Amino acid sequence: MKKSALVSIALVALAAWVGYTYGTRSGSHAPPTAAGSTTDTLASAKHTAGSAAALLKPGVSTGQVIVVKPGESIQDAVRKAQPGDTVQVMPGNYSETVYIDKDNIALVGVIHGGDWPTLDGQGKRNDAVLYSGNGIRVENLKITNYKGNAIMGQAGNNFVVRHNWIVNSGVYGIFPEFAQNGLIEYNTLTGIEDAAIYVGMSDNIHVAHNEVHGNVAGIESENSRHVIIEHNLAYDNAGGILTFITPGLPIKTAFDVIIRNNFVVANNHKNFGAPGSIVSGVPSGTGIIVMAADDVIIENNVIRDNKNAGIIVADHKSFANITPDPESDPSPDRVQVLPNLFADNGYEPIKDIQALMLAGLTRQGPDLVAVGSGSGSCVTNRDAIKWLGVSTWTACQRTSTSDVVTYLLDQPAPPRVLSAQDRGKLVYSSVCAGCHAYNVRMIGPPTQILQAMYAGNPQGIADYIAKPVRKREDFPPMPSQAHLSPDLRLAVAQYMLTVK
Amino acid sequence: MRSVSGPLCLFAYTLLACAPVQASAWRLSEQCPASFDKRDSRCWLRSTYQQYGSLTGAGVGGLKTGLPPFRDGFTPQQIDLGRYLFFDPVMSANGKLACASCHVPGKGFTDHRVHSIGMGGHEVRRNAPSLWNVGFLKRFFWDGRAHSLEEQVQGPLYNATEMGNRPESLVKTLNGLPAYLTLFAQAFPPTGNAIGGDIAAAQVYTALAAFESSLISLNSRYDFYAQGVADALTPHELEGMNVFRSFVARCAECHTPPLFTNQQIAVIGMPEPAGMPFDAGAGAATDAPMLRGGFKIPSLRNAALTAPYGHSGQFGTLRETVAFYTGGRGHAVPKGENLHLHWHIWEPKLSGVELDRLVDFIGALTDESFLPAIPASLPSGLPPPIESTLGERS
Ligand code: HEC
Ligand code: HEC
Ligand code: HEC
Repeated sequence: MKKSALVSIALVALAAWVGYTYGTRSGSHAPPTAAGSTTDTLASAKHTAGSAAALLKPGVSTGQVIVVKPGESIQDAVRKAQPGDTVQVMPGNYSETVYIDKDNIALVGVIHGGDWPTLDGQGKRNDAVLYSGNGIRVENLKITNYKGNAIMGQAGNNFVVRHNWIVNSGVYGIFPEFAQNGLIEYNTLTGIEDAAIYVGMSDNIHVAHNEVHGNVAGIESENSRHVIIEHNLAYDNAGGILTFITPGLPIKTAFDVIIRNNFVVANNHKNFGAPGSIVSGVPSGTGIIVMAADDVIIENNVIRDNKNAGIIVADHKSFANITPDPESDPSPDRVQVLPNLFADNGYEPIKDIQALMLAGLTRQGPDLVAVGSGSGSCVTNRDAIKWLGVSTWTACQRTSTSDVVTYLLDQPAPPRVLSAQDRGKLVYSSVCAGCHAYNVRMIGPPTQILQAMYAGNPQGIADYIAKPVRKREDFPPMPSQAHLSPDLRLAVAQYMLTVK
Repeated sequence: MRSVSGPLCLFAYTLLACAPVQASAWRLSEQCPASFDKRDSRCWLRSTYQQYGSLTGAGVGGLKTGLPPFRDGFTPQQIDLGRYLFFDPVMSANGKLACASCHVPGKGFTDHRVHSIGMGGHEVRRNAPSLWNVGFLKRFFWDGRAHSLEEQVQGPLYNATEMGNRPESLVKTLNGLPAYLTLFAQAFPPTGNAIGGDIAAAQVYTALAAFESSLISLNSRYDFYAQGVADALTPHELEGMNVFRSFVARCAECHTPPLFTNQQIAVIGMPEPAGMPFDAGAGAATDAPMLRGGFKIPSLRNAALTAPYGHSGQFGTLRETVAFYTGGRGHAVPKGENLHLHWHIWEPKLSGVELDRLVDFIGALTDESFLPAIPASLPSGLPPPIESTLGERS
């Protein structure tokens, strides 16, 4: 956790980013040099905003800028790009799935005179951007008409998804999964059939300054820990902001989620979620839902005009479509509802809530309602709001979350870098040892014999395995190992000579 | 595949395994199998995936993600002993059926049957799953009912319709075989003051678990791609990979890399062959009625080798299996069954071309470079099952 001294520093940094963002948006007549300007701004942010800057460090592109113009393929540019490079997409239309399976690539659109680079899935492509690398940045793209996701990350750490405009693009708009340390900010998303921004099975994620409307769910943090959702505008969705433990997933917990300073307004859209999906069970008209997640703090949001309820805190049993999972705890525990602005919520509650109202002898729909099991939760100044099911909640001790600036990491989540020697050993054990045993003939000759042949000559082995030639009548040919990089081939060779 | 005649000795872990069967001549390998490193006399897994991490250690994620927790640390002798036991029909009540009869190495450790055939021609209710990479699993059987390899193995050994044995008679048989007494003493050397004793059932389970965990398949062309070899996959396979991991098909949400399973139970509504009764799977346990029809998500590594598919063996080809997912949510659920289908099962409307590409991609997960050697002769003196007859209808 960051201490309060950092608050003002972070604000300065935010101001810098806002400035940068508007600078791009205004479409000056200067030649488009998005990568350059980004670098400058981020460099200055680095001095001020502790952890977020660390996140962005890999994005401070040191490499080449590869420019893509309409008619060219973005994927071709990604294929050429080396870690550290920026793929710069010029305004115009593109229709492809861009996948990034390498580290530290920035995919940055150039917006010029109000013209965006637009990825159009034409209703037939699955995803616009798929990445699995670490340190990926996706910025300034308009994405529309994809069937799956606009931007999906699978186990890519240290990502930045910023300043994208996503319209009617499938099931999830922005969806990092299995990620650690990532920033999602200044995006606008609409027409998404599940969650517009969906943080799935991730850690240390910051979701800020996004606009989400006309989706089934606005922002959802699921089976994720250490997430801050702040300064977003969520309106006209079926549900505004959700934080869940969804059962049946390989990662079983959700905790330390802060939802603060958001506008969660008029989320009364019809729920158009796919039948059977979990969000299809979200009652239209709900501002915030906490399902089974623990240690969630809800503070300083404007929660207004959500017809079913302002905030619902529920366990698994109280939610439709949920199959229990013995490995995940079904109860939301230690939820803290600090001061928020509530107005006009709960004027058209669903039947289940009406039943609770009847039992509680009230005719007013709730700002805050808790259903099912759970313990240790609290609410500040309960008397000021309309509530149901929280009579056993205590008054909160905590007065604000300003001590937690961000859950982003101080340093990027580290990739595990092995020494050349260790990598050589890994490759030897996991590849070569399948055919070469130390002193026994397997598919290939024993390593002991090869050690004698190549004593002091690892380069000889490295060269042979790149292009093996037939040497022995009574052995099958050895398959080429040319797919290993030259230094890895040398490292394997060196290791092979030391095996005992 | 490999024959068991003379030249097979070349592939054996130990040359001595080719020696004539005399109790004193039996020696177990002192070497760890491929992909294992020997440290402190024990075998520890080595895989290039060990250089990566994984969120909360779960072993699921994207391309460069660490593996789930793994069972290793067995001795080379235990692994090699497990290999003999695995291939030895002496383990079954009638001396005719080995583990390898239904888990045939050359058939991706399956038997290519819809349902396996156990002792006396009994048809087992389900399809035999592959054993590649089982050392990474935390639940076993299609319904996930066993929680360790040692617990699992007692299923087939003692099930009347499979190997039909009983613990007492299994142990009695083995203790009556001098070669096994020699080998068990090598794999489980007496400790402290204890003098070598009888073979215990638990030692049988340990040895089989040791051998099964040595079946590593992590060097497919997909793996080369994942480790950064950009052209290891063909354009068709790359297209297939992108369909596989997209959120339209959602395959990767359940068949999650690097193991290609997230090890959860999911209700997806795959059908039984015509005329077979509904299989409640994980829902048969009374405390999990919502999991009715739920099965463990299988790994897809080496799936191209293991037709037919699904717990029921209902689908003859990979193409038919993947087409199941685009047939409509619940389309194969029998009338009157009200299953709680998994939320990822929906109507992705995959095109025929996309289905073909998915099959291409699954094919790129094939790697049998570390196939273990089939013993040329067995400690029981029984004829070793010959690969060409393994898994054939009797
Ligand atoms: C699929 C089995 C297989 C794998 C995997 C394999 N080899 Fe080989 N290797 C062979 C065979 C078979 C030969 C003998 C080829 C011949 O003599 O024609 C051989 C030969 C060699 C030789 C002898 C070359 C010479 O000049 O005689 C070296 C050195 C060698 N391999 C190194 C390696 C290294 C290092 C690796 C891992 C990166 C490796 N091999 C992986 C099967 C394999
Ligand atoms: C008669 C055929 C047959 C024989 C013999 C047999 N199995 Fe199996 N095996 C199966 C079938 C069928 C299943 C799936 C059963 C189920 O899920 O209910 C299975 C499941 C397994 C599994 C679980 C794999 C997973 O992914 O969950 C393991 C491990 C296994 N067998 C190992 C063995 C061992 C070791 C032996 C010898 C002691 C053996 N089997 C003998 C047919 C057989
Ligand atoms: C909701 C989780 C889930 C999703 C999504 C999913 N699968 Fe499966 N898959 C399973 C389960 C569970 C089984 C076993 C079902 C059974 O036997 O009844 C299975 C079985 C399979 C099998 C048979 C494997 C074998 O060894 O028998 C294949 C092949 C397969 N899936 C491929 C795919 C593909 C391709 C996709 C994407 C189009 C996909 N799956 C999506 C859960 C899933």
